[in-house]
Order: sequence, then structure tokens, then C-alpha cells
Amino acid sequence: MTTLPQTTEKKLGLVIDLDTCVGCHACVVSCKGWNTENYGAPLSDQDAYGADPTGTFLNRVHSYEVQPEEGPAQLIHFPKSCLHCDDAPCVTVCPTGASYKRQEDGIVLVNEDACIGCGLCAWACPYGAREMDQAAGVMKKCTLCVDRIYNENLPEEDRVPSCVRTCPSGARHFGDLGDETSEVSVLVAARGGMDLMPELGTKPVNKYLPPRPKDVVPELDILAPYLKPVADTQKGFLGWLDKALEKI
Amino acid sequence: MHPASSVIIFTVASGLGFGLLTWLGLGLPNANGWAAFWYYALGFALAGGGLLASTFHLGNPQRFLKAFSQWRSSWLSREGCLSVFAMAILGIFAFGAIFLGANWQPLGYIGSVLAVLTIIATSMIYAQLKTVPRWNHWTTPLLFLLLSLGGGALLALQTSLGLILLTFAGAVQLLAWYLGDGRFQRRGTNIGTATGLGDRGKVRAFEPPHTGNNYLLKEMVHQVGRKHAVKLRVIAFIMMILMPIGLLMISYAVPIVVLALLVHMIGTFVQRWLFFAEAEHVVGLYYGKR
Repeated sequence: MTTLPQTTEKKLGLVIDLDTCVGCHACVVSCKGWNTENYGAPLSDQDAYGADPTGTFLNRVHSYEVQPEEGPAQLIHFPKSCLHCDDAPCVTVCPTGASYKRQEDGIVLVNEDACIGCGLCAWACPYGAREMDQAAGVMKKCTLCVDRIYNENLPEEDRVPSCVRTCPSGARHFGDLGDETSEVSVLVAARGGMDLMPELGTKPVNKYLPPRPKDVVPELDILAPYLKPVADTQKGFLGWLDKALEKI
Repeated sequence: MHPASSVIIFTVASGLGFGLLTWLGLGLPNANGWAAFWYYALGFALAGGGLLASTFHLGNPQRFLKAFSQWRSSWLSREGCLSVFAMAILGIFAFGAIFLGANWQPLGYIGSVLAVLTIIATSMIYAQLKTVPRWNHWTTPLLFLLLSLGGGALLALQTSLGLILLTFAGAVQLLAWYLGDGRFQRRGTNIGTATGLGDRGKVRAFEPPHTGNNYLLKEMVHQVGRKHAVKLRVIAFIMMILMPIGLLMISYAVPIVVLALLVHMIGTFVQRWLFFAEAEHVVGLYYGKR
């Protein structure tokens, strides 16, 4: 049944640091690579070399400009994938039982053999985390690399989601957010990790760490006010040009 | 939202079909023999044809049987189950009326209740979605129900009933547009809450994740229809509500009722196209679009 479990033993998820993400899209590429070659239907592309290329991705990086009341605007890179919500609306709408949330670790998955490709789960998700694969006709979503994290054939350091393993700036963290003592939970508590669209009541497991406030450069040189340029009028040719144009 | 023709045909045709079947199950009209045959044939063709159309947009329609399994949580599954039950019960009722001249009225009543529940379940597929504030309201199931029963009453030649129901449908439609227009803003979901960055300043989508199109944008960020929304609303309201009511006020003669019905159906198609095209999904916020 596509009812949600009351509780899950673990809450595996990602913590994404918006302060350190440099927007390189390496996580997008590694996600596409791993999930095309492994679990489930490959992430297909349509018209990949044509005029209107599209494709299925489980992870996409947006970039936002935030303009504070005062001071310069800040550019924030924003990776977005499935948040493995505790109250996942995508699961309960599924008519076939293909969508489910795992009791043991809280991962939201799609059983592709049961998916009829109706697309209702993608409508129910506020985050745009589900994309219908146009070649296979089934719904694709982040699996939290379920085929890596428990895979004993991989070296231990590789038993994390592909995006986390790839991130060159250490902006992505993986762990059990249900365990208050885990590294990711400590990080979330220390940095004020936040939910996306909390008003929709989805209770996302993945957390985002907000960018740290920008440094304000203090006035270091006490003589600086006395060393301001004395003359602000142009000299030489530019000065002449300025005066000449002024007169016209 | 993308107004897929399969879903528009499904909701309009099935709505009218189950509306007609509801009245037939109640014995309005209480037909037998050939007369009953044509009524039921039309009802089942519309209801069944609509359901069939709804499978056209599926990625893997061959697995449709699995869609009957999740009735405990999913409105889409409930809709499938209820529609089959309604058609099965009313099929037996119709068999009695057409071939045996019998009137197994209790069966008809059960079938009518199931047909009404099917219409409600169909509308709840849309009304349940918190991600689409315009739909996420009690006016959605009420409007679907009144339009289905009103159009169904015209099909069943229950003209006075149809007149009353279409009048109520018109009122609910106006209310749905009025209340729906600002609901996205009133719900308080914006690019600030979507990114969690809203309390730091004014957030603007600076660069999308990709330069091309994608499934999300095609499916949920459909902006074409909204440009002509007001004109289409006027067209839909005149054809779906005002013209049929006006025609029925002139006469209850069968050709007039048929004309009213045709105009009503065209109007309902326009209304349903707009129902999808006008609805805005919150995911558009991530792309700086609505």
C-alpha cells in the first residue's frame, strides 16, 4: 500500500551547504552518470545533439540572486533533488503502489515495474524532484544511491551517494538525520539547517544550510581618512576634454 | 499545468457519462427496451470512452490493472475502482431494463451513488494537490459534480433538473474563479520560501539549471493559456452556462435541448482546457516562472 510508514528507523538524507556550493554542476553530471549505468531504467536524453535537447535528471543546480536591503547582491548556487520527505505527498497519490517510502531508512523509491507513468506523483511534489523518463515511460527520482550506500563491493569511502562523493567543495553531506548525534544532525543544528517550503507540510528530511553572512571589511588603516585623494578633477587631455565638452 | 488533450477528454466525457448514468440509475427517465438501450449506450460510451482516453497519456498503460490496488491512499486508484463498480452495477441494472423490461431499482440507486462518488473521486485527483493552489479547494469537487450532473440531466432529457443544476454550476464556477485568482499568493508560498532564502533579501532566479526545456517545465509551467484567460473565461461561461440556460428557457423541445447540450459540451471543453492551463504549480517558483 502506498500509505506512508508512521516512523522510519533511520532518516537517511542529504545536507546541502549553500555557503560552500560553487555551482560547478559536478553533482549533476555524476548523478546522471551513476544512475544511467546502474539501478533502474537509464536516464534518457531526447534530441541530445539536436536543436531542442532535453533529458531526465535527478539533480539540478539552480542559481539565485539575493539582494539584501543594504549591501551588494549575493549569488547562491542551489542544488535540488528529492528531499525524501517524511510526509511525502508523491507516495500517497500513487495509484499502483509503485511509489513507496522505506520503513528501514526513509528513502523514497519508485518500483519501476509497477509504475504506469501517469505523472501524478510529479504533480504532487512541490520541489520538482520527479521527472518522467520519456524513453522508459516511468517516473525517475533520486534513490539516494541506494545501490551504492549499502554496496559492500565498493570501497567504504564510496558508499555514499554519487553526488556527495563527487562534490569538490564539500558542500554535500550524507547521513542519518533521524539520529541527533550523527555528523549531519550536528551540522544542521550548528548552522541552522532549513526546510524548503515548510508551509506545505511535507516535512523534508534533506536540509539546506543557509549561506553565512558576508564579512564586513573593517577600516584597518587609521590614517586612511586623511589619505583621501585631494583633487578629483581630471588633468591632462581628459581634463581638457571634460572642460571642452562641458562648454558645448 | 499542461492541458493534455487526453485528460481534458477524459474529465469532460466521463463527467457527462457518469452524470447521465446517475440519473438513469435513479429512474429518470424510467426507460425500457430500445429507449433504455440508447440512453445506456450513450452513458457507457461517454464514461468508458473517457476512461479509455485517460490511459493515452500513460507511459506504461499495459500495467493499468495495478492502478486498482491503492484505493486506501490514492484518489486516482479510488476513481478507477469506483468507476468500474459503478459501471458494473449499472450494467446489470441496464441489462434488466433493456432486455427483461425489469426495474431492479435498488441496484439502480446503488449504481447512482457509485457514479456520483466516481465524479467526486475524479475531481479529488486535482483538488487534493497542495502544489496547485487554484485546484486545492472545495469548489473543485463541487463544480465538477454540478457540471457532470447538470450536463447528464440534459443528456437524460431531464430539462428542468438540468436548468437548475447548470444555474448552480454557473454560480460555483464564478465563485471558483473569484476565490482561485489570488489563492497562490494567499497561501504564502513564494520564491523566498521555496529557496529558504527569503528572509535574507529579495530572491531572483538568476540562472536556470539548464538552457533547454525539461519535463517539469513542459508539464507544470504552462504559460500560454493564461495570456487569453479572461477571453476564454467569457467564452467558456457563455457556452457552458448562459447559452444552454437561455435556450432551455425558450423551449424544452428535444432539438433545442440537443442544441443546448452541444453548446454546453463545447463550453465545458473550453472550461476544462482553462482549468489546466490557468492552474499554476509551485515548482515554477524555482525557475522564476509561474
